[in-house]
Amino acid sequence: MAGEENRVVLHGTRVSLYSARVELALKVKGIEYELVEEDLMNKSEALLRFNPVHKKVPVLVHNGKPIAESLVIIEYIDENWKEGPRLLPQDPYERAKVRFWAGFLHQQLFEATASVIKTDGESQERAVKEVHEKLKMLEEGIKGSYPGGSPFVNGDNMGLLDIVVCSLFGPHKVQEEVLGVKFLDPEKHPRVTSWVKALNELPLVKEVTPPHEKLVGALQCFRNRALESAAA
Amino acid sequence: GEGRGREADRGWPSPFVMRPRIALNLKGVEYEFLEEKLGVKSDLLLRSNPVHKKIPVLLHAGRPVCESLIIVQYIDDAWPSSGPSILPSDPYDCATARFWAAYLDEKWFPAMSGIARAQGEEAKKAALDQVVEGLSLLEDAFGKISKGKPFFGGDTVGFLDIALGCFLGWLRVTEKMNGMKLLDEAKVPGLAKWAERFCAHDAVKGVMPETEKLAEFAKLIMAKFKAAAPPPQ
Repeated sequence: MAGEENRVVLHGTRVSLYSARVELALKVKGIEYELVEEDLMNKSEALLRFNPVHKKVPVLVHNGKPIAESLVIIEYIDENWKEGPRLLPQDPYERAKVRFWAGFLHQQLFEATASVIKTDGESQERAVKEVHEKLKMLEEGIKGSYPGGSPFVNGDNMGLLDIVVCSLFGPHKVQEEVLGVKFLDPEKHPRVTSWVKALNELPLVKEVTPPHEKLVGALQCFRNRALESAAA
Repeated sequence: GEGRGREADRGWPSPFVMRPRIALNLKGVEYEFLEEKLGVKSDLLLRSNPVHKKIPVLLHAGRPVCESLIIVQYIDDAWPSSGPSILPSDPYDCATARFWAAYLDEKWFPAMSGIARAQGEEAKKAALDQVVEGLSLLEDAFGKISKGKPFFGGDTVGFLDIALGCFLGWLRVTEKMNGMKLLDEAKVPGLAKWAERFCAHDAVKGVMPETEKLAEFAKLIMAKFKAAAPPPQ
């Protein structure tokens, strides 16, 4: 590999589900990269320079040029590195389907689960209900859109949609432990549950997943901060 | 490529509905525009977009595509040899366009539509400030991305032009209703001139709503909103 040229640097952290998505994408493609571990409570000057608009992880820096927003980064990775497994299908309608469900997970389901994390009591109960309703929509949608046998919607390798669902519900055991609520129900969401289970068993996924206790600690911390600032 | 599109659409006020129409116009694709009645969702719409129950929905060969920017990308993918490319060909330029489109939909437009719904003068000012700051960021982005050419897409209207341009009608209404200039030639000269070029473009002219009509529509919505008086967020 040439020196500075083609250098791929990811500013992120493995406790961030957004950052984890990008790592998964890089690994599926077999792209060598450097992970600059960011402390979210003390962001590096470089990160703030690379992502002045949002000041968040992940940021991918390729050939010195920064790209922010996890889904944008993953599409960039797919388009720029055309050799190796594809993260999105080639067919226009199939691409639209993947983008639709990735968007649904990223916006609707993410927001709903974030509400569960940041609230308690009755508000939390309502938020949990919303997650279950949206999971049901996802279950129906995936069953309808991807009736085939493969657990991954992308075929033999993880694709964008697999990556997004993995980042959100892969850590469901951590979520259950910290929040005391179950998101994935094998009876109500059989397809999504078996999909997440299959993803969690992949060596690639295990490589980027921090130890259980570390994730529990991080989530607990995040929840405590959110509850404190809500009460303030 | 040939093929007809068909769009189920509540019509002219929605900026999101404009986006696929501009894309189809750019590609020279013939399409049928089904105008949904305001306040009533047709069976076709509910069947085509059961998840969000929203417009726009593009029906192509009977299959629904939902979400305005996903539809625009679909149009670009499905009619690759008709008209100009809507997404940039360079992956990095593509990522840049998508980044700003996401910013518009997730941060900037919610701030702009939040102005009318803001409770109290302070909240209103905060929302307006966000919109102004966003325009300043976009002015900067326009300079870097267009590299002296007329559009974000270069010589032709592209993805980011469509993503931002669809909000111009509402931006003008906001200016009118708040008695202030947002697309100020003094503060955002690049964007101000770009806006004129965009609105004059053949693919846009026929689908950009008139500010007067939009302002009347906005007053109607505001009245309904105030009457319903939802609790402050």
